[in-house]
Amino acid sequence: MAATCGRSVIHVEHIRKSYGTLRAVDEISLDVYEGEIFGLIGPNGAGKTTTMECVEGIRTPDSGTITVLGLDPFRDVYQLQERIGVQLQQAQLQKRIKVWEAVHLWASLYKRKTASGEQLLEQLGLADKRDAWFMTLSGGQKQRLFIALALINDPEVVFLDELTTGLDPQARRAIWDLVRGIRDRGKTVFMTTHLMEEAERLCDRVAIIERGRIIDVDTPERLVVKNCPQRTVVLATDDSGAAEAFGRIPRLDSVTRADARFMLHGSGEEFVTDVIQCLSDNHVRVTDFRTVLPTLEDVFLKLTGHSIRE
Amino acid sequence: MPLSTRGLFALTWLETKIFLREPLGAIGSMVVPVLAFLVLGRALPRTVPLTATPYAGLLAPGGVPVLVSILIANSAVLSLVAIISIYREGGILKRLRATPLRPPTILTAHVLVKLLLTAVTMALMTLVGRRYFSPGVDVPVISFAIALLIGTWSILSIGFVIASIVPTARFAQPIGAFILYPMIGLSGLFAPLSAFPPALRTVARLLPMTYVVSLLGGIWRGEGWLAHLGDIGALVVAFVVCTALSSRVFRWE
Repeated sequence: MAATCGRSVIHVEHIRKSYGTLRAVDEISLDVYEGEIFGLIGPNGAGKTTTMECVEGIRTPDSGTITVLGLDPFRDVYQLQERIGVQLQQAQLQKRIKVWEAVHLWASLYKRKTASGEQLLEQLGLADKRDAWFMTLSGGQKQRLFIALALINDPEVVFLDELTTGLDPQARRAIWDLVRGIRDRGKTVFMTTHLMEEAERLCDRVAIIERGRIIDVDTPERLVVKNCPQRTVVLATDDSGAAEAFGRIPRLDSVTRADARFMLHGSGEEFVTDVIQCLSDNHVRVTDFRTVLPTLEDVFLKLTGHSIRE
Repeated sequence: MPLSTRGLFALTWLETKIFLREPLGAIGSMVVPVLAFLVLGRALPRTVPLTATPYAGLLAPGGVPVLVSILIANSAVLSLVAIISIYREGGILKRLRATPLRPPTILTAHVLVKLLLTAVTMALMTLVGRRYFSPGVDVPVISFAIALLIGTWSILSIGFVIASIVPTARFAQPIGAFILYPMIGLSGLFAPLSAFPPALRTVARLLPMTYVVSLLGGIWRGEGWLAHLGDIGALVVAFVVCTALSSRVFRWE
């Protein structure tokens, strides 16, 4: 999975970018390694898109250096465009362009040998839409077309900006599978999302970004372990001695109770084992038992002091 | 930034097809000027003696064709302004830019589409003219068409300046019309420049439309290209100035 020891294909050092008095990107540095899915996560307006567009070479940072595949995205922008694939946030195409026309146009723009457009449409489930106008496509179909356009030049690095925003859960899952497929073909994926679930399921590594700064970078699992050691066990029992027994669990922080349902809050990896041990030692009969693990959402809340949705 | 021809013809052809798929736009820009030609041409007397006055505006020989040609050029420019602002608002320009396409290539493709449209409309007008108006009128149609393309090409560069300043696609047509129609009014087509107050005359001399009218009228009356080098020079200057200006103020998103 996480190829953190691979070659760095994107190297960003101390970039800044302001729009008027708004500092959109404030001293961001990061590395993306070959073959991984790297996610920039954070709320809308955190600086994700600006950072990504600087790396793509369609925006110039005020200061700092960026190297992508050994190239300078500003000086060597056309050389770079040949080797990367880009999907932009909220992009559109001409209303009346046909799906196959877009794919053929894009294919004609690259010097390097391009992927087969028809095959891409097939793979992305757009073969029966090849003669349809762009304006008649659904949101998911449009996004799949944009993925096709991003892959048409068989790029080494693929940029995906808020790829699944506005899609229904089913379309979203289908897109996730496609993105994993891109990585499995050996490509590097640099993506942004404000959906924590998406980052958790898709990304090998994520950078949490807020107000133009990166707060932490790691695998989703390690971010959770590092920042949110809390574990919660939810169980149901009608054993009258249970409450007292629970009080003796080491590492227990608090208990909340609603009739026969208990929520035991503790911290550390061992906490769940401690609870099971306690149930077994005291012969407590339970009718329900599950653990609730913290998610990236909780990590975000912990690190920034507010929810990503605020 | 150098203009690259890679993708230019593919994009031009594609944009032409896309333009024709929007029936209202295509009919509006091609059929309406031809109909105007027909109606105006029939309504106005066609046999005004050349000697009556050196300048008779619409009533001069070629007055109606020149007016209609100006309308053709005008609708090409307005259509360009609308398309560019819609493409910008929809993020289409930005998407095209995130490819090896060079920005001037993208814009040149649109200019070529509009010039193609102008040429086709002009051809339609000629056919209609042959059918409905006195045959045997000896008009240098090819030269006139070339003059119209030169004029349109120059005015399109104003279109880019307008497209740079319109805030949203909704305002594109009104702002474009607000700038272009007064230019036609002052072009000398409706009243000779000599009849203008001096200040207005100076303004008219600064507007490229005036030179388009002078060039078209002259070519229609059979005057040679040499006699209109000044007009062409003015149109080239207008193109260079507007292109330089729009390359500084043009916004891609």
